Amino acid sequence: MVPVLLILIPLVTGLVTFFFKDGRTAKSWALFSALATLVVSVLGLTVLKETKYLQFNREWLSALNSSFSVQLDGMGQLLCLLNAVAYPLVILSAWKNDYKNQNNFYALMLLAQAGMMGVFLATDALLFYFCWELALIPMYFLCSQWGGEKRIPVTFKFFIYTFVGSLLMLIGILYLQAHTKDHSFSWQSFIDLRLPANKQQWIFWLFFVAFAIKMPVFPLHTWQPDTYEQAPTATTMILSGVMVKMGLFGILRWLFPVMPFASFQWADFITPLSLCGAIYASLIAIRQDDLKRLVAYSSIAHIGLMCAAAFAQNESGFQGLMIQMFNHGINIIGLWIVVEITERQFGTRKISELGGIAQKAPVLAAFLVIIALANIALPLTNAFPGEFLMFNGIFSSVTVYHVWFTVMAGLSIIFGAIYTLNMIRKVFYGETIELTRAANDISMSEKLALGVIVLIIFVLGVYPQLMLNETAATASAVNEKFDFVRQTLLEQKK
Amino acid sequence: MNTLLISAVLGVLMMFSGVLLKSRQVIRNLAIAGMAGLLLVNILELGGTTFFQINTRDMMAFDRFSLLFITVAIFSTLLYLVLSAKDMEKVGINYAEYFALLFFIVCGIVLVSSFKSLLILFLGVEIISIPLYILTGSDKRNLKSNEASLKYFLLGAFSTGLMLMGIALLYGSTGTFSTSFRLGPDVKPSALMIAGMLLLFFSMSFKVSLAPFHFWTPDVYDGAPTVFTSFMATIVKAAVFIGFIRLFNNAFGLMHGQWQLIAAIITAATLFIGNITAVFQQSVKRMLAYSSIAQAGFMMLSLYALSAEAYEGLLLYTVAYSLATIGIFAVLIKMNDYTFSGFNGFARYHPLLAATTTVFLLSLAGIPLTSGFLSKFYMLKITLASGKGMWLAVFAVFMAAVSVYYYFRVIQAMYFKEGDDPKIQVTTTFKWTLVVLAALVILLGVFPNLLLYWVYF
Repeated sequence: MVPVLLILIPLVTGLVTFFFKDGRTAKSWALFSALATLVVSVLGLTVLKETKYLQFNREWLSALNSSFSVQLDGMGQLLCLLNAVAYPLVILSAWKNDYKNQNNFYALMLLAQAGMMGVFLATDALLFYFCWELALIPMYFLCSQWGGEKRIPVTFKFFIYTFVGSLLMLIGILYLQAHTKDHSFSWQSFIDLRLPANKQQWIFWLFFVAFAIKMPVFPLHTWQPDTYEQAPTATTMILSGVMVKMGLFGILRWLFPVMPFASFQWADFITPLSLCGAIYASLIAIRQDDLKRLVAYSSIAHIGLMCAAAFAQNESGFQGLMIQMFNHGINIIGLWIVVEITERQFGTRKISELGGIAQKAPVLAAFLVIIALANIALPLTNAFPGEFLMFNGIFSSVTVYHVWFTVMAGLSIIFGAIYTLNMIRKVFYGETIELTRAANDISMSEKLALGVIVLIIFVLGVYPQLMLNETAATASAVNEKFDFVRQTLLEQKK
Repeated sequence: MNTLLISAVLGVLMMFSGVLLKSRQVIRNLAIAGMAGLLLVNILELGGTTFFQINTRDMMAFDRFSLLFITVAIFSTLLYLVLSAKDMEKVGINYAEYFALLFFIVCGIVLVSSFKSLLILFLGVEIISIPLYILTGSDKRNLKSNEASLKYFLLGAFSTGLMLMGIALLYGSTGTFSTSFRLGPDVKPSALMIAGMLLLFFSMSFKVSLAPFHFWTPDVYDGAPTVFTSFMATIVKAAVFIGFIRLFNNAFGLMHGQWQLIAAIITAATLFIGNITAVFQQSVKRMLAYSSIAQAGFMMLSLYALSAEAYEGLLLYTVAYSLATIGIFAVLIKMNDYTFSGFNGFARYHPLLAATTTVFLLSLAGIPLTSGFLSKFYMLKITLASGKGMWLAVFAVFMAAVSVYYYFRVIQAMYFKEGDDPKIQVTTTFKWTLVVLAALVILLGVFPNLLLYWVYF
């Protein structure tokens, strides 16, 4: 029941939101819906944690052997939680914004949430594909209608990119489905398929390109900074906090268990790509003058690191990846909220035009410092255990280049510290300038949103076991696939 | 059989109604009622009630599939009439005759989707084509309409010639007009037969505007009065496609290996030319003409694969494509400015029309939850299932991505750009019919079984 509710609540409330005339009602209604989803998702992680509540299966498209089957399992639960936590935060932080046609804005936001929930929950490939696209369509409208000046061409580029990727994935799905024994789209029969290794080699790419575009992995990342910059900030939060995780999640759910051989064999190719991307994005971030672009590039860097950890293909890497997906989502949303507050107050995002905000807005500055430190994974913040495990994973992966990979990953972290601290110093500290002299501190709703984020940062930083318990089983299950691959390949060599 | 005879009679009736009735409103309602009646008798026949028992000597077969398609075609025509019949008034003074011609075309559609003899196919194609030549030129004072009509007629006559030639060669090699001649599995088809088959293939390709036989399409679709373009590009095209697959499955199904490569090349060429050229259009009407070529390329995948599922897929595709295109054309007819910028700011002034048009465009682009997605999905599925079609499927997918570009341009214009009020008048009936159409597009995308169920039971 729980997974169905997680999809249905945002879907239905989202559709209803279209019909509200008054913007304020729409906003409150959206917040209410987001909180309801959050409650359900927390219940699913705690009280209702039994298989009968967490699985749902109903016949649908029987002519095509596809069914409506969803499941809240170890792989998806943290991301569902992230999705559910993110929405109230985003709506709270955007409370003061008056978008044109607010009802449509919030309706589309909620529909996107439903789509993303579906992605994290689906155990049927066709349903997964449906939701994958359905998360994209509302985003397209959100970015092109409420975004910045160049929003239309930029969003269109984003749309075409992801659409091509997902269509390739559709072909991959169809190919696999045609080869399964029962011709079904279910995740289990995809896993049981055990395609011969040479076939996997190129079917792998049909899927990986789709996921790589979504994450994005260098060199398919070009849509991202522009889109993040042009999209309305509330949408950017969802895009970078939750939506990019769809790509990583897709790798974990649909790529690794289904095509372990190809995933293993291509790892040495993909890891350097994603790490180069991480370093490259960090270097660009250092040179950015626009706050939004800076955070956008920082997001690319972090995702690159996570992708590398995924392709390290060991238990530590997987576990780090799964908890880092959640934590990165929380932290980046925090950063975006600060960017949003700054931009709303001063009307500019240029780092060179700002300075000394901390003197006038000490609470905001304190929040920002904590979130920024979490973003660079200081111990006792939530990102630390994740990044530590990811590093451990990359270092202990079986590839011969593992030392190089670790060095590269370390470099990207160092660069990350440079641009983050630089940004704080330039924007928040130093002397106040004319623009920031009249700065106000943050309002109640913003305090609430940032406070929750900081709370999560500390709780999970001090006691990461809370999450590690949830992900351990999945990490070792995925790892088993690769143990099998490594063993088989070893035997072949002998 | 019900539909065939009654639609012919209704056609004659409509012709006289122009003389007997003065009110256009009455003529229009008569035509809509006639079409609804036609739908009813056809559904009755689907249920097993036939009014006429005529021995066709095995020249026609009203099987489940053909009856189902005829139902769908008549239903679409009915929706089309409800949406756009009023706009035919703008075309010319021979209002009643237009309806008469439409009924004759329906008659041809019945023939084309249920033939078992090459002669009936020929008759059907001609009965469809000749009224279309007239309708294309019905805007008599418009030079473009005249040009389109002449062009269509000359090229159409030429392709009809090819078709006749092909039929003659086939008759020479098999000694029968029936499509159910069967070659033994180890008999090599004669050169005569292959030549005949190719001629038929090319002439049918012409009728459904596959590249490189598509050159007439943009000019004719653009020149014809928009109301008739809508009919031509959707229901007629779908019907001829059904005839195409019926012919090649029944008569040449066993020789599939011989012509599969040609089908693949033509598919790829059509997809490429249709999509790439559509990108460069400035007029939405012309864009839709090229989009219809591109969509024909996708439908062609069903001939490439030619499996049992291909039939279902093609049926779903024709329905999805026809519904969406009829809807877009219905809105387009109302517009004064056919260019993309004519749609600027449309959503602000007509939110309902814009929303439904968006649904249609999303369906044509193949976005999930619309019938357009499922039909494309079916086409890709059968192509991959045929074993060696991977390259074609990947190519088709890239072309589908190109198609997003030009379909979304309309959405962008409607929603994200500022423009003046296009000042168009629409009735409540029109709005609700559009909503029903959009609902159907989505419904079939979520529950295709509503339609496909009838193929089997």
